[in-house]
Amino acid sequence: MPTYNLTINGEQKSVEALEDMPLLWVIRDLLDLKGTKFGCGQALCGACTVHLDGTAIRSCSLPISEVGNAQITTIEGLSENGGHPLQQAWVEHIVPQCGYCQTGQIMNAASLLQSNPNPSEEEIEQSMAGNLCRCGTYNRIKTAIQSAAKNL
Amino acid sequence: MFPKLPFLKKNPKDQSQVFIPSRRDFLKLSTLATGGFVLGVNFQCSGPKGELLTFAPNAYISISSDNQVTLVAHRSEMGTGIRTSLPQIMADELGADWSSIKIIQAEGDEEKYGNQNTDGSFSVRMFYEPMRKAGATARTMLIAAASSKWGVDPKECDTQQGKVIHSVSGKEIPFGDLVESLQNASLPAPESIQLREFSNYQLIGKDVPIYDLKDITQGKAVFGADVNLPDMKIAVVLRGPVIGAKVVSFSDEKALAVPGVEQVVKISGPSFPPGLDKALEGVAVIASNTWSAIKGREALEVSWDLGENQNYNSEAQLAEMVKSTSQNGKVRRERGNFAQAKSSAARIIERTYEAPFYAHATLEPPAAIAHVKSDGSCEVWSPSQHPQWAREAIASALDIDVSLVKVNVTLLGGGFGRKSKPDFVVEAVLLSKAAQAPVRVQWTREDDLHFDFYHSHSAQRIIASLDSSNALSGWNHHTVFPAIGSTGSKDELHPSDGEMGLGCVDFPFDVPNIRIESHESTGHVRVGWLRSVSNIHHAFAMHCMLDELAEARGMDPIEHALSLLGEDREITFQSEMVGGEYGNYGEPIDAYPWNTGRMKAVIREVAEKSNWKQSKANGKIMGFAAHKSFLTYVACVVSLEKDSSGKLRVEDVYYTVDCGIAVNTDRVRSQFEGGSQFAHSLATTSAITFENGVAQQHNFDSYKIIRMPEAPRNIHVHIMESMEKPTGVGEPPVPPYIPALANAMYQANGKRIYKLPFQI
Repeated sequence: MPTYNLTINGEQKSVEALEDMPLLWVIRDLLDLKGTKFGCGQALCGACTVHLDGTAIRSCSLPISEVGNAQITTIEGLSENGGHPLQQAWVEHIVPQCGYCQTGQIMNAASLLQSNPNPSEEEIEQSMAGNLCRCGTYNRIKTAIQSAAKNL
Repeated sequence: MFPKLPFLKKNPKDQSQVFIPSRRDFLKLSTLATGGFVLGVNFQCSGPKGELLTFAPNAYISISSDNQVTLVAHRSEMGTGIRTSLPQIMADELGADWSSIKIIQAEGDEEKYGNQNTDGSFSVRMFYEPMRKAGATARTMLIAAASSKWGVDPKECDTQQGKVIHSVSGKEIPFGDLVESLQNASLPAPESIQLREFSNYQLIGKDVPIYDLKDITQGKAVFGADVNLPDMKIAVVLRGPVIGAKVVSFSDEKALAVPGVEQVVKISGPSFPPGLDKALEGVAVIASNTWSAIKGREALEVSWDLGENQNYNSEAQLAEMVKSTSQNGKVRRERGNFAQAKSSAARIIERTYEAPFYAHATLEPPAAIAHVKSDGSCEVWSPSQHPQWAREAIASALDIDVSLVKVNVTLLGGGFGRKSKPDFVVEAVLLSKAAQAPVRVQWTREDDLHFDFYHSHSAQRIIASLDSSNALSGWNHHTVFPAIGSTGSKDELHPSDGEMGLGCVDFPFDVPNIRIESHESTGHVRVGWLRSVSNIHHAFAMHCMLDELAEARGMDPIEHALSLLGEDREITFQSEMVGGEYGNYGEPIDAYPWNTGRMKAVIREVAEKSNWKQSKANGKIMGFAAHKSFLTYVACVVSLEKDSSGKLRVEDVYYTVDCGIAVNTDRVRSQFEGGSQFAHSLATTSAITFENGVAQQHNFDSYKIIRMPEAPRNIHVHIMESMEKPTGVGEPPVPPYIPALANAMYQANGKRIYKLPFQI
């Protein structure tokens, strides 16, 4: 199996993996970072969202061979001790119910605010449409993003 | 093992007693390694006939000399907030410092912890009083120790923020400093324990953030698939495409050629019926990582005997079911004489309603980790709603004593009833045994949608008669759907009493002639319980029909419901039940009566909160329904708006809820916010169908759940002030939302809705 050198959360890691192994399983199985979740395997639910050079991608559908030199950021690397304004807003508005989708939601929202620091309600809805929440926390997610945008 | 449906069984009567564990007991409580002072709660529960069901320690409070208060959560956390709410009750009575509290999740052991079946919206209902008593007993003992130390009257002392305080002198002492003097303290008499006045609570009745909040936002919270053991293998299973299929032969050659794949193992499962706690027949690929296992599975070559369901077509069965409802069924409840009401009616309105199969689609697909050890014991980590059932199913599958099985409960990435069933945990232990190593079995989304315990599809017919004065003189409700029992037995052709009691025989309206009938249908797939269970389809039919009747009678739907509920009174259905019982969610009807006054109060409140009359007069598109389920009274108004392109969206949802005392008000609201969104998916986007016995939906592109742009824009939840006994809120938000939305749709476009899902 080929060896890949990755930069993840600012650290250099070397892994041996099948070239079509999705980044999700590299992160979860080979690097033992469990904050990134498996939900669908088809880029349909967003639970596996991480950043590649600061942009949200679905790690379940990106083969390791296509990562190249890009910087990978997972929820574990988003901030020190949950200090990102979105994480704080999530806490302030008690967003999660079961919590399973929330790391993907936060990573997707962080990428949104990076490119659009003051999104309208409609822009938030459209940007977050790829992230499913089965418990139904969409309203609080939206409120938390709006509140974090104010504090950026 | 036959289904353990919470609503089929009488709930055990609580006779809990607080106790001090013996040294021997204490040593057994390995999770509580904090030392110091420990209190247990004995759930001395008696069954319906007074027999002793359990006599064992259940929930524990421990206080260490360094002031750490540790509470045990024994119910599973799947998003309702129960892991916070029950400890919150204990902590409030105790007077603990909530900000420094530690919560430990109990392993699955009902002898030790009592009922852990986290289902049926009954955690708070069942454990509110025991948790209060436990906290109050610990407080009483701490105060006794402090007051004796100070030589003051215990009545002048109270606890607050983890300290005992003497109100007269202002002296205070942290709990930890009293631990030593409590080592030999004796337990106060139960009758001497004073619970706090409700007005003095600091946590109960308040918005308390969930315990795992920060861990969740940082990706540190541990769900089912997140546990990692040394040398753990990963397995995925190729299950028979049709339920009941058996493996004829298979070739593992190509699968074993995939790098990372280590072993291919056949799992033997039952033919039809499949049962609720057995693994399905399949071939498992065990690998060093998940991706290799998935690829190995794709390379498997299996020849199947598809069995008796290979021609099953759900649309065809549904059409048959609709037809059957025009026949005479099995009468389940009878009042007056419906036939006479019908024959003398001035007008008869007859409607049929259809609803599809639904999958739970928890965002975390089933996953479990098992380690069957060389000494024959077994340890499991699983996102289980019912860890004791998992434990028993494991013991049975491995043919070992249940005492050799330890089930650790992780957080659940959604449950909704799916994760009560231990089939996936059984798979993990069988595979760990075969691999002689720890194994995580990982379900993919396709596995989850193809092999769920679905909510049954259903057909209903309601025939209503109006007399010459335009009064509703008769109500005849026919219902048919493959019963949950059909998953375990081919003899279960009718819905059980439990299922009939969920929004069908408990028709609460004051109609002189009522006849409720069920019809036969057969099971062909695995069915189970989904958030609010049969209430989903029953409430849809009942409240859509009532809306239509209100119109036929020239009445406002809310005025109509209030008038049909009649005088404020308590209803019992028992005398009108035919050949069965009304279950009342496992509770005696005298302890939890069906109170029309409480229902009318939530209806009046929702009319006010939604500004119903005025808004309708101003042309707002609004629909209404009110439905009691799981002993909680809920009224719901849904308001739609059209955007500039003419597209409809739910702009506002108004809920009023009477759940008695609301323990964690924020989590009550969040359950309603989420419940409406869950119900919106059931109403508008989701359906499972079967062709040739195979589910036709495979992932979130074909089994759709709503996304943020489709979600109701504003959800307003009003919790009625109440000192009634608390009741659950996990399921009650779902049933009234669907008919309220359907009734609003009628206002929008003049078309009545008779079939789920519908487009908005």
